[in-house]
Amino acid sequence: MRHLLSTRDLSRDDAVRILDIAEDMADVATREVKKLPTLRGRTVVNLFFEDSTRTRISFEAAAKRLSADVINFSAKGSSVSKGESLKDTAQTLEAMGADGVVVRHPSSGAPQTLAQSGWIDAGIVNAGDGTHEHPTQALLDAFTIRRRLHGTAARGRDLDGVSVVIVGDILHSRVARSNVWLLTTLGASVTLVAPPTLFPVGMGTWPADVRYDLDAAIDEGRPDVVMMLRIQAERMRAAFFPNSREYARVWGLDDARTARLAPGSIVMHPGPMNRGLEISAAAADSSRSTVREQVANGVSVRMAVLYLLLAGGGEV
Amino acid sequence: MSAHEYLIRGARLADDRTVDLRLSGGRITEVGSGVDASGATVIDADGLLALPGLVDLHTHLREPGFEQSETVLTGTRAAAKGGYTAVFAMANTSPVADTAGVVEQVEALGRAAGYATVRPIGAVSVGLAGEQLAELSAMASSRAAVRVFSDDGHCVSDPLLMRRALEYVKAFDGVIAQHAQEPRLTEGASMNEGALSGQLGITGWPAVAEESIIARDVLLAEHVGSRLHVCHVSTAGSVEVLRWAKARGIDVTAEVTPHHLLLTEDLIAGYDARYKVNPPLRAQEDVLALRAGLADGTIDIVATDHAPHPVEAKDCEWDAAAFGMVGLESALSVVQAAVVDTGMLTWADVVRVMSTTPARIGRLSSHGQELAAGANANLVLVDPSASREFGLGDLAGKGVNSPYLSRTLPGRVHATFHLGRPTVLDGAVLPTDAVSAGPAPAAG
Amino acid sequence: MSARTVLHQADIARALTRISHEILESNRGSASLVVLGIPTRGATLARRIGGILAGIDPELGADTVGTLDVTMYRDDLARNPLRASSPTQLPAGGIDGKTVVLVDDVLYSGRTIRAALDALSDLGRPRAVRLAVLVDRGHRELPIRADFVGKNLPTSSEERIYVRLDEVDGEEFVSVASGDDAQPTHGAHSTHGTHGAAGAGSGARP
Repeated sequence: MRHLLSTRDLSRDDAVRILDIAEDMADVATREVKKLPTLRGRTVVNLFFEDSTRTRISFEAAAKRLSADVINFSAKGSSVSKGESLKDTAQTLEAMGADGVVVRHPSSGAPQTLAQSGWIDAGIVNAGDGTHEHPTQALLDAFTIRRRLHGTAARGRDLDGVSVVIVGDILHSRVARSNVWLLTTLGASVTLVAPPTLFPVGMGTWPADVRYDLDAAIDEGRPDVVMMLRIQAERMRAAFFPNSREYARVWGLDDARTARLAPGSIVMHPGPMNRGLEISAAAADSSRSTVREQVANGVSVRMAVLYLLLAGGGEV
Repeated sequence: MSAHEYLIRGARLADDRTVDLRLSGGRITEVGSGVDASGATVIDADGLLALPGLVDLHTHLREPGFEQSETVLTGTRAAAKGGYTAVFAMANTSPVADTAGVVEQVEALGRAAGYATVRPIGAVSVGLAGEQLAELSAMASSRAAVRVFSDDGHCVSDPLLMRRALEYVKAFDGVIAQHAQEPRLTEGASMNEGALSGQLGITGWPAVAEESIIARDVLLAEHVGSRLHVCHVSTAGSVEVLRWAKARGIDVTAEVTPHHLLLTEDLIAGYDARYKVNPPLRAQEDVLALRAGLADGTIDIVATDHAPHPVEAKDCEWDAAAFGMVGLESALSVVQAAVVDTGMLTWADVVRVMSTTPARIGRLSSHGQELAAGANANLVLVDPSASREFGLGDLAGKGVNSPYLSRTLPGRVHATFHLGRPTVLDGAVLPTDAVSAGPAPAAG
Repeated sequence: MSARTVLHQADIARALTRISHEILESNRGSASLVVLGIPTRGATLARRIGGILAGIDPELGADTVGTLDVTMYRDDLARNPLRASSPTQLPAGGIDGKTVVLVDDVLYSGRTIRAALDALSDLGRPRAVRLAVLVDRGHRELPIRADFVGKNLPTSSEERIYVRLDEVDGEEFVSVASGDDAQPTHGAHSTHGTHGAAGAGSGARP
């Protein structure tokens, strides 16, 4: 694997392999010495043009557990905010000898532009680009689902037959996009639920069912997984929905809806959560909730991705 | 004098006659067979097509204010390279061409450069801000004799301002060229809204944002009895609206760009900013509808929307990139590929949509004339049988933001004559001093 | 076909039995013994040795055998095609204070064992570490020596050793092939059982 830009590019075997390696990486976290020498001497740059402390420290922990040198480059307050171009930044990192660049960027496609530009030779990991994709989030979600469903027998398995409902701002969500491609590649069936204003047009080409009614999706679909997306307050100012009260009532995972979920089903959220808006406090803190596991699993999955991108001299 | 006399031997005209043409004193003096060559430089035009010099109703020359992108000189060199002898220069310069002073400056720069006749387009509103009418009459009566007004780059979205502008320019036979883009429906938008924009996570520019403005404007034009021109039509729905308006007898004309006749939105899948343009590249069914609309006369002309940018404005991530493509140098080849080689337009149709009609819409009587004795000597010699990989060497302006680089295109401009003087010979743009030397021959 | 078989199934069984006896002898019994196989085929051999030990000494604890994945500790990751890791599974009692016997199929450069020693030190502190291999083919690049060897097999570095075990490959033998005819006699196989010239060609695993 040269870069990780999108989950659309991943085959089922690629994805299962990443998840299996992540299982081995997760084992490391249970040991006394939580560190591997694998990427000793390699340099990973976290290039963040958007604030995201959670994602940045997750990648930082992953790189450090693999013994890589980590450089954090936040665009805020740097030369980038003074108008330095992506090209100049990339060439600077190239000159510094970066082996891998983890990039978070507000512009959709910026990681792909970096990977294709020739400005830099490093492996590129997309850590979230605009409203396009967030592939490591989807991988950690898939990893979390697989572990919950299959426990210690998870290795080698896909998500065949698993039904997943993703609820919220599909239009602007890179998490939703990456999950739709990845989860369906792994054999899961995906249903998207949102107000009609928060779906992109042309959804017919997506491998997912589209519904507007969360109650029906829960009661008729009997999903194994309900994934709630963060809803941003500025969306209501742009007339996507009237106000947060109405959104919470119609599309929020409240206590009543949580109580009607099938036994053994799980509730996911990529964080940070708006408790009381898209998810109730009780749902977020229930035993169904995987929110904290998702954070822990994020490190393991990102270790696997960094290993695959940076350790080898070629394809398997 | 003899330096300004040329005999073009054996050129094929758009109506398939093969003739010799003698150019003298800025005019075509003789058309026929066996024309006397004495005292003239002979150009062998065997296998070449002679067409009236092309006229572009929609060019961004960038001067004054954005000379790092293009100047009147470099932009008209690009025009000559593409077979154009006249260009209408859009008003979104800095300062904006919203006063007589700016348009006269642009016109004079064009006259000094000599590569093509430059007709400035005046802004509709002061500073393109869409609030207050610019001094349209002053620009019309200036030495630049402005007849086309446009806020291109911005839509005149205020319906009342649009109505007033349409009415006001009737006083001097002007026309409003509308950039049809409903601004609220296209906030942050940078590609066609559809399945692909949803997948790529790029804010979509819906077709309805163009079609709704065109529908409103044709009704306004009908109501006040004015002339309307619609810039860069890009959707199948817009063609339908225009077809309906013309059937009603509304005085509307419309243009399509070469790139909207050839390229589709799927080129954007790799986020290559060369394909970022406004209005955006659309779907294949739109391309086919635009070709059909051009063939049946619903769309009147091809205009390039030549939009040069410095390299760094495209060598970046998608969102940071500027909108626009250069188009003057490639336009004729792209039109040939899209509608001539596909059998939809004849070369006579090409003359109509790329020379005669744009000159008429812009009230530029000195251009777009039939190649006959007594006409101004504005013409282009084209080798339609050529085929080449379009490259940097085919570009003559400052901008290299062409979407056609490395693409194989048919046809090649062999020579261009502007008012009797060559600006391009053997496919090469002549040096600046050779073109601008001496007083421009007097011609209408 | 120039590949020649150097160990047949019965030879392998005899070698493992002898190794098992030697392990017990040197350890003076089965107390505090842990047998860790290096995936893939080392893990298989470790399980077999565990079975033989249990047959000899009924006192042997049931949870004695494990696996030790060394992928993340290799020093040749950047020079070879990337390999997927395998789980490391230690016996419940861990390795602290134990005598750990590492088991691998072929000992060659010694780099795999070096990686295994690093991996072990991140997992705990054994009292002692021993090394058992089915084949020692020489050409060491590090000061590493096997304590228990099934067969010493002097080879040229151009040659390749193929180890095939029933549980992994559905057939069982050890063969040697010259470098320019690097296919075992039984057709195409996963390269993971191949021990070829260092760094030369895919599947080389020094």
